[in-house]
Amino acid sequence: MTAKRSTLKRKHLLGMAELSRTDITQILETAASIREINYRDIKKVPTLRGKTIINLFFENSTRTRTSFELAGKRMSADVVNISVASSSVAKGETLIDTMITLQAMNPDVVVVRHAEPGVHALLARHVDTAVVNAGDGGHEHPTQSLLDMLTIEDNLHRLNRKNFEGLVVAICGDVLHSRVARSNAIGLRTMGAQVRLVGPPTLMPRFAEEALGAPVFYDLDEGLAGAQVVMVLRLQLERMHAAFIPSVREYFKFWGLSRRRLACAAPGALVMHPGPVNRGVEISSELTDDPERTVILDQVANGLAIRMAVLYRLCSGRVVVEKEQMTTDATLKGEGP
Amino acid sequence: MNAEAGTLLIKGGRVIDPVRRFDATADLLLVAGKIEEIGRPDPPPGCPVIDATGLVVAPGLVDMHVHLREPGFEFKETIASGTRTAAAGGVTSVAAMANTNPVIDDPSVVGYILEKARAAGHANVFPIGALTRGLRGETLTEMGLLQKAGCVAFSDDGRPVMDSGVMRKALDYSRAFNALLIQHAEDLGLAARGCMNEGVVASRLGLPGIPAESEDIIVDRDIRLVSLTGGRYHVAHISTRGAVQAVAAARARGLPVSCEATPHHLALTDIAVGDYDTDAKMSPPLRGEVDRQALREGLAQGVVTVIASDHAPHDLDSKRVPFCQAANGVVGLETLLPITLELVAEGVVNLNAALAAITCNPAQLLGIDRGTLLPGRPADVVLFDANEAWTVDAARLHGMARNTCFHGRPVRGRVKVTILAGRIVYRDGD
Amino acid sequence: MDAMTQLHEEIVMTADAVRQAVDRLAQHIQADVTQPQNWVVIGIRRGGAVVARLLRDRLTQLRGITLPIGYLDITFYRDDLDTVGPNPLVGATDLAMDIDDKHIILVDDVLFTGRTIRAALNALFDFGRPEGVSLAILVDRGHRQLPIQPDYVAETLETQRRESIKLVEKGTGEFVVVRRLRA
Ligand SMILES: [Zn+2]
Repeated sequence: MTAKRSTLKRKHLLGMAELSRTDITQILETAASIREINYRDIKKVPTLRGKTIINLFFENSTRTRTSFELAGKRMSADVVNISVASSSVAKGETLIDTMITLQAMNPDVVVVRHAEPGVHALLARHVDTAVVNAGDGGHEHPTQSLLDMLTIEDNLHRLNRKNFEGLVVAICGDVLHSRVARSNAIGLRTMGAQVRLVGPPTLMPRFAEEALGAPVFYDLDEGLAGAQVVMVLRLQLERMHAAFIPSVREYFKFWGLSRRRLACAAPGALVMHPGPVNRGVEISSELTDDPERTVILDQVANGLAIRMAVLYRLCSGRVVVEKEQMTTDATLKGEGP
Repeated sequence: MNAEAGTLLIKGGRVIDPVRRFDATADLLLVAGKIEEIGRPDPPPGCPVIDATGLVVAPGLVDMHVHLREPGFEFKETIASGTRTAAAGGVTSVAAMANTNPVIDDPSVVGYILEKARAAGHANVFPIGALTRGLRGETLTEMGLLQKAGCVAFSDDGRPVMDSGVMRKALDYSRAFNALLIQHAEDLGLAARGCMNEGVVASRLGLPGIPAESEDIIVDRDIRLVSLTGGRYHVAHISTRGAVQAVAAARARGLPVSCEATPHHLALTDIAVGDYDTDAKMSPPLRGEVDRQALREGLAQGVVTVIASDHAPHDLDSKRVPFCQAANGVVGLETLLPITLELVAEGVVNLNAALAAITCNPAQLLGIDRGTLLPGRPADVVLFDANEAWTVDAARLHGMARNTCFHGRPVRGRVKVTILAGRIVYRDGD
Repeated sequence: MDAMTQLHEEIVMTADAVRQAVDRLAQHIQADVTQPQNWVVIGIRRGGAVVARLLRDRLTQLRGITLPIGYLDITFYRDDLDTVGPNPLVGATDLAMDIDDKHIILVDDVLFTGRTIRAALNALFDFGRPEGVSLAILVDRGHRQLPIQPDYVAETLETQRRESIKLVEKGTGEFVVVRRLRA
């Protein structure tokens, strides 16, 4: 483990943009160690006993919420789920009110999912509790990106690689509205990967190359050429009504991933999807169910470990790490099989 | 024997009257609320004297784009508080936008506003009438009656007149009264759900953007309609290079087209949005550097002839929400002068031209007898120390709202005394 | 952090002394191992893992049998969450064997307050129900805060509370025990 100091001094996790390579490496390593807990008979450790975690979800997401809930519970934290229907917070001022009310309960971490970009920056400015961004509109979804990276790391040997350096990752689909794309583009670039963005021009942010540091491809085959990891994004079906794309039929034909299209990518390329999958829209059903190529279920399992690692990191205390501790630990790193 | 009310001698200041390029150390005598004489006047006995040594003595500033929020939004700002912050900013005349509730689309509302302003007595208020009833962009307001009641221009500001047919009729009809039409130029279809400038920053923040073309298209269209009708047309808060170019070309052709830029669009870019700072959210949004430079060049070349604050006060709750949901607008009356002087310090324009943009130029467009120190005119005067450095502090503004995008900015140029019709309405430190 | 650069460091057990100490532990323990098939060695990361490996190797030499070995990371069982760093180092727990009804030799490098052992016992019992647990320690430095006593101790050391006693690697495969004074 590196003895460099972490840049994550604030006790929040708002986005990949604020994490250094050291931070990401540490979170991935912690998560990799934590994973073992989830395969024990007794899937629970006392680490966060007495800590309170609030899942504050302004947007429906059973998957992400369950993942955070289980993560907290497996580390013995008290977890409270609060779902607020979007309609009742249309008047935004209740958002801060809600947060301040919750703060009176003195939680240690509040996990927030919201449809509006930047909500977490707003909350972090107005409350003291550690805030975890579980997705803010089209901005960021850092734990999704971290779990994707853990999944890639698990498969690096398949791709004949030791680390992320130079790994070619194609992120395909509705990049414009995707927090997953944004977080992954930023995080993977921090780790040294070469990221490409692939999708129709109407679903690509303007100046994407400059903003996210990744070249843009409008042709799927070109974008896939040589890619070792293919991340397929979910297409929100309501995009059709806003005239971003004319039809699902046309979208799948030109930007949907199938086994045939995947042949353009590097041999053995990994296929990922943040779920839930729209079969036959962004990815073919056949490919979705191919365990040789897709790692969608691994992503779910890793999501739990990443969220445990993140909660642990935010709940653990002091900011300054003692140098002595670090050198000693570094000395004995890797002892044992 | 006491001098008549509104009589005052301002001694030893650097007197600047931009309209006639007057700039010299002189005394200024105000008698009975009017400008009497500049030079070495003979004050009447008992005349109070203000020592203006080291200060600039200029016409009281004219801000032709202000939202006073009253009637209807008195929790954001009132006519009294809005004109109080104006006086603190050296502004003696404000043109008040029509997007109140009720909208200024009826002479009775005009009367209400003028009465409130007179009662408050901090600054002159010149109402701007709505261009269409209820700002709905459909049917024209009674421009003639509104003008008679006191409206100095017409605008649906806050939203554009999207229908080309309506805009054409408005420009055409306004000729009967030689009225000025002010457009908030924004194609709503292009702006869609956008909440900041479409650019690298928006793409990084995941915020929906508003392309510069949304402004360009409306300005281009309107100029064609001006060419068709001959109506007087003014672009509010111009923010894009394309729009400045279009206005420059129209003026070169002799069309009655003008535009104003705000201090924030001249000083800042979309980078100021930073970490979703809602105090940097306004309409039109802060643009990119190319646009900002075009605005400054436009000012230097006399295409942009007016600097106006687009003072848009908001209560805390309207800004303390997610960025996209936050209200548009920033307050600006107290930063109008220092940011304008910043442009002088940076060599964009000389002091005379800079002051013209916030005095005589807007006054002439609105057809009001302000913004100059010509003898016989109302004695609206500002005294400021052009070199005094201070730091903008939202908490110390004189209006009700705190939503400034210049909080913490070190500036130069501090208003010392503001005089309205010969009466001191603001004095620094009081 | 910078205060730690003024660190006073002293070797209190040389590599040879460590080897001899492990040997003493192995001698003590082997006499008690009557049914080797029931015994398991488990080292507490990180220093205890080293000692466990050395101890197991020595037992193999002495008895010609190779006991199964496992490693326990107690990070998630510590009672001082608020004082560990923001990026706590977590090692992998590796207990491939079934520990039900086994006799465990729990191994650590330094025994101090007893809190680590408390955490290790908690962790261990999340994996099964051993028949018994013995504690083997390289260095007992005193200052116990919990009622925990080792079954096998190679060395005892007089220490100050503020000192830190650690097993560290000096050169490949050479381990020494150092004493450091906390600033
Ligand atoms: Zn406007």
